[in-house]
Parts: sequence; structure tokens; C-alpha cells
Amino acid sequence: MIGIEHYLVVSSILFVMGVLGIFLNRKNVIIILMAIELILLAVNINLVAFSSALQDLTGQIFAMFVLTVAAGEAAIGLAILVIYFRGRGTIAVDDVNRMKG
Amino acid sequence: MDYGQSLLITLPEIILSIGGLVLLLVAAWSGAKATRAVSISAVALLVAAGVATLCYTGDAFGALYSGDQFSDFGHVLIYIAAAISLMIAPRFFQRAGLARAEYPILILYACVGMGMMVSATDFLTLYIGLELNSLAAYVLASFLRTDERSAEAGLKYFVLGALASGILLFGMSLVYGFTGSTSFVAVLGSLGGGMETGALFGIVFVLAGLAFKISAVPFHMWTPDVYEGAPTPVTAFFASAPKVAATALTVRVAVDAFGTQTLAWQQIIIFIALASIILGGVAAIGQTNLKRLLAYSSINNIGFLLIGLAAGTQEGISAVLVYLSIYVAMTLGSFACIMQLRGPDGEPREELSDIAGLSQTNKGLALAMAIFMFSLAGIPPLFGFWGKVVVFDAAIGAGLLPLAVIGIAASVIGAFYYIKIVKLMYFDESRTVLQTGDGKALAWIGAIMALLVSPLGYFSIPLLGGFANNAASALF
Repeated sequence: MIGIEHYLVVSSILFVMGVLGIFLNRKNVIIILMAIELILLAVNINLVAFSSALQDLTGQIFAMFVLTVAAGEAAIGLAILVIYFRGRGTIAVDDVNRMKG
Repeated sequence: MDYGQSLLITLPEIILSIGGLVLLLVAAWSGAKATRAVSISAVALLVAAGVATLCYTGDAFGALYSGDQFSDFGHVLIYIAAAISLMIAPRFFQRAGLARAEYPILILYACVGMGMMVSATDFLTLYIGLELNSLAAYVLASFLRTDERSAEAGLKYFVLGALASGILLFGMSLVYGFTGSTSFVAVLGSLGGGMETGALFGIVFVLAGLAFKISAVPFHMWTPDVYEGAPTPVTAFFASAPKVAATALTVRVAVDAFGTQTLAWQQIIIFIALASIILGGVAAIGQTNLKRLLAYSSINNIGFLLIGLAAGTQEGISAVLVYLSIYVAMTLGSFACIMQLRGPDGEPREELSDIAGLSQTNKGLALAMAIFMFSLAGIPPLFGFWGKVVVFDAAIGAGLLPLAVIGIAASVIGAFYYIKIVKLMYFDESRTVLQTGDGKALAWIGAIMALLVSPLGYFSIPLLGGFANNAASALF
């Protein structure tokens, strides 16, 4: 029998993978965008699993909102990435260093 | 639930969203030549929304949104800060060749989000408000799209902001799972007894995500880069309105949702507050860029604000609101001063060395800047001192004497770099030829803010204190 704790373990693993994807990734910014999506999807698994376990619809509605916002966030992230690429000609993470201090 | 009443209570948000959409159409049809008209209409919309927020009070949409005095206070302060960020902007963007109508519109959308943040009484409203504000803010940070630094600021802000939202959301999902509701009232009720570990994790994640948004240590690393890279009017906006919204939101979550588990979050807030004060003071010392310096100054100020929250009493929350109001005046004033520094060709100058000897070339500007710096440092005759007094008074009243003592000692570190700026302006020789002054709007805003934080500001204590007390009492 698969219970709520199994879902929590899966979502925690996904969440940690997402956070590590942001911090350990040295290649390019697109991978960071993917990691952010991973974090949001981990949250969605959590919300839907809790919603089902609690027999309460709020969690599923919340997940819908999260999906919508995630779409908007990805659009804005890619738009910023495009103007960044126009100026610098690269999207490697190590090159994002014009400002330091 | 009466929908008509709910719509009236959410009227400020409705005015701003519909007004923003209409202005967006105007901007799309008439292009850059409508910029001035759109800016003026945006300020008018902010005034209208401010009036609307004061007209109606009560809970809307089944306690998803609350229009109490606390949210009124937050709304008005946010709208004032946003309107000022609109007024100081036009010449800056004209000179950069990017005087576009999207700037006021994005500010309006950010204000919709911020209004929802201060009014949220449900984690769902909180999240939507936060994201509305953040999504507009990411675009604003990279608004100067031909400038590499601005694009980089936008990129950094986006990545770290999205991570913060993710952490916050994960925390909210845990809180939801272990309390069975997303409503603050229900969460408050079910956290009352013994708390499960999952719920504790939830609280910690939520606070970490919020600490990110108010740029408190240890989640401050985006702040200096974003403040330096973003166009200066946008930086002024970031340092004022979203700070108010995020701080008010943190206060409401801590008191309204987690108020029955004060001990669980008080330790975290105390640590964050002290770390912010100390790091904000120490790390600023080596900075050479004025905007970067003010970024550390804002981290430092957030620490003082959180001391009021750590007290957790009504007096403490009222102190937070008083401090916020004074902080907004000081920050907007400092940015209005910095924006008046320009090089020989009219390009904006923002290095620390550029203000050396400013008192010889522009006495008024140097005096205003000195007032803001002394006030930020909390030196007595100026109004910034009062903010620190009420915050520390509240902390002592709540029995947090060690916190107050360490906080006061640490505020001395911060005074070092504020006074260094004054020393540069008054006692050093000018090395660069500067044009100063940039139109009436900046001069007036600088002058008015300087008057507000000058000793004359003490006359506003009964009024400001009364409003803040009223607002704080709405939470308890």
C-alpha cells in the first residue's frame, strides 16, 4: 500500500534535486530553469498527495495555481535569458559575473 | 458571502489591474510618445487605489483577503513609495533612450501583487500576490535591456527569486499537509497544541522563503548585485515598496498564522535579525559603489525591523510599521540624491569616489545626502533615530534585553560607512567633474524626504504612531 509518506519522500527527493541543480550546475542557465520547474513540480506532488490524504480540495486548486504561475515564470525567465544572451553572447553560468563584491 | 462587498474590499487591486490593462493597450497603440501620459495616469491610479483602500474594510472572499487597518497601512505606504519611484524615473530613462510606457505599467502590476501580499490571510492569496510582485520585479530589474549589468541583475534576481518562491511553496505545502488548511486562521488553530515535525519544517521553509524576499541574512546574496545592476529608479523602488510588502507579509504570517508557535519562529527571527544587522554593517565597509552600499544598508535596516517582529507583541509590530515608514522616506531620499549625480556627458555616476567634495559643488545636495546618511545611521536629532528607539523599546518591553544590547552595539558598525560618505562629501577634494541636479522632480522629492527625516519629523510622531498602533492592533 502506497501511503502519504511515499509521496513525501518522492517529492523531497525531487525538491533536493532541484535545489542542487541550481547550486551545483556550472553549465548553463537553461538547466537552472529546468531545476526551478523540478522544484515547483515537487511542491505539486506534495499538494496533490496531501489533498488526497486529507480529502480536501484546496490542495488540488493550489496545484492548479502553481502550474499557472510556473508557466508565467518560465516565460519571463526565458525572456530575460534572451536579452542577456543578446548582450553577452553566452549563457554559461560561470560567465554571469559582471558584478562582484 | 456577499460578492459585492468582497469586490469593494478588493477595489484597490481591481482598480490597479484594470487600469494597468487599459494603460497597456494605450501604450501598445501609441508607442513611446504616450510614456508621459501613461506615467501620470499611473500615479493617478495609485492615488485612486489608495483612496479605495481606505474606504472599505473587512474580510473578502471567505477570508482569502483581508482589508483591515494593517493592510490599509501597508497599501498606503506601498502606493506612496511606488508613486515616488514613478516620479523620479522619466529623465533617467529618457537619457538611457528607453523612456517606455511599460515601466509605469509594470510598477502598477507589482503594486497589485504587493497589495495582495499585505492583505493575504490565506497561503494561496499570499503566493499569488508574491508571484505577481516578483514577476513584475524580474522584468523591471532587466528593464535597461541594452545594459549588460541590468540583464545580469534580472537574471540573478529571477533565478534566486524563483528558488525562494520554490522554498516558500514547499513550506506552504507542508504546512497545508500537517494542518489541513491554507487559511491563516485555521493554521493558527491547528498549530495550537503540540506541533508535528512536518509542520515545524513547514514553518522553517516558509520563513526561509520570506527571508529571501526581504533580503535578510543568510538569504541576502542577490541583493547587492540586483541593486547595482538594476536601473537606479528601479533600485529605489526595490528598496522601498517591495520591502514594505514583504516585511508586512512576514509579520502577518508570523503573527496570524504561526502566532500560537511563537517560540518556534522567534529563535529564527532573532538569529536572522542579528545576522542581518552585523553583516549589513560589516560587508558595506569595503564597497565602492553607492547603490551596492545602499543594498547593504537595506540588509542592515531589515535586521532592525526584524527585532521589532522578534518581540512579537503589539508594541513590536507597531514599532516595525513606524520604522518601515521612516526607512522608506530615508531610502527614497538617498536614491533621489544619488540620481542627481551625473558625469560631464550626463551619464549617471554611482561610485563612492564621485561624491568626494560634493559640498563644494552643490551645497544643498550634500546637505540632503548628509541628513539621509546620519538618519540611516540613527544619529539622534534626526528622525531615523526614532525608528531605532521604538524598535529597541519594544524588544526590551518583551524581555529581549540581550537582543537589544547586541543590536545597539552592532548599529555602531553600520554608522562607520554612513559617516564615511559624509566625510567624503565635506572633507575630501573633488576628483571628478560632476553635473549635479537633474530637474525639479528629483530636487523636490529629495528636499521633502530630507524634511521628513529631519528633526521636524518628530512632529509626525503622534500621527504616525497612532496609525501604526491602529494597524498593529488589527493583527491581535
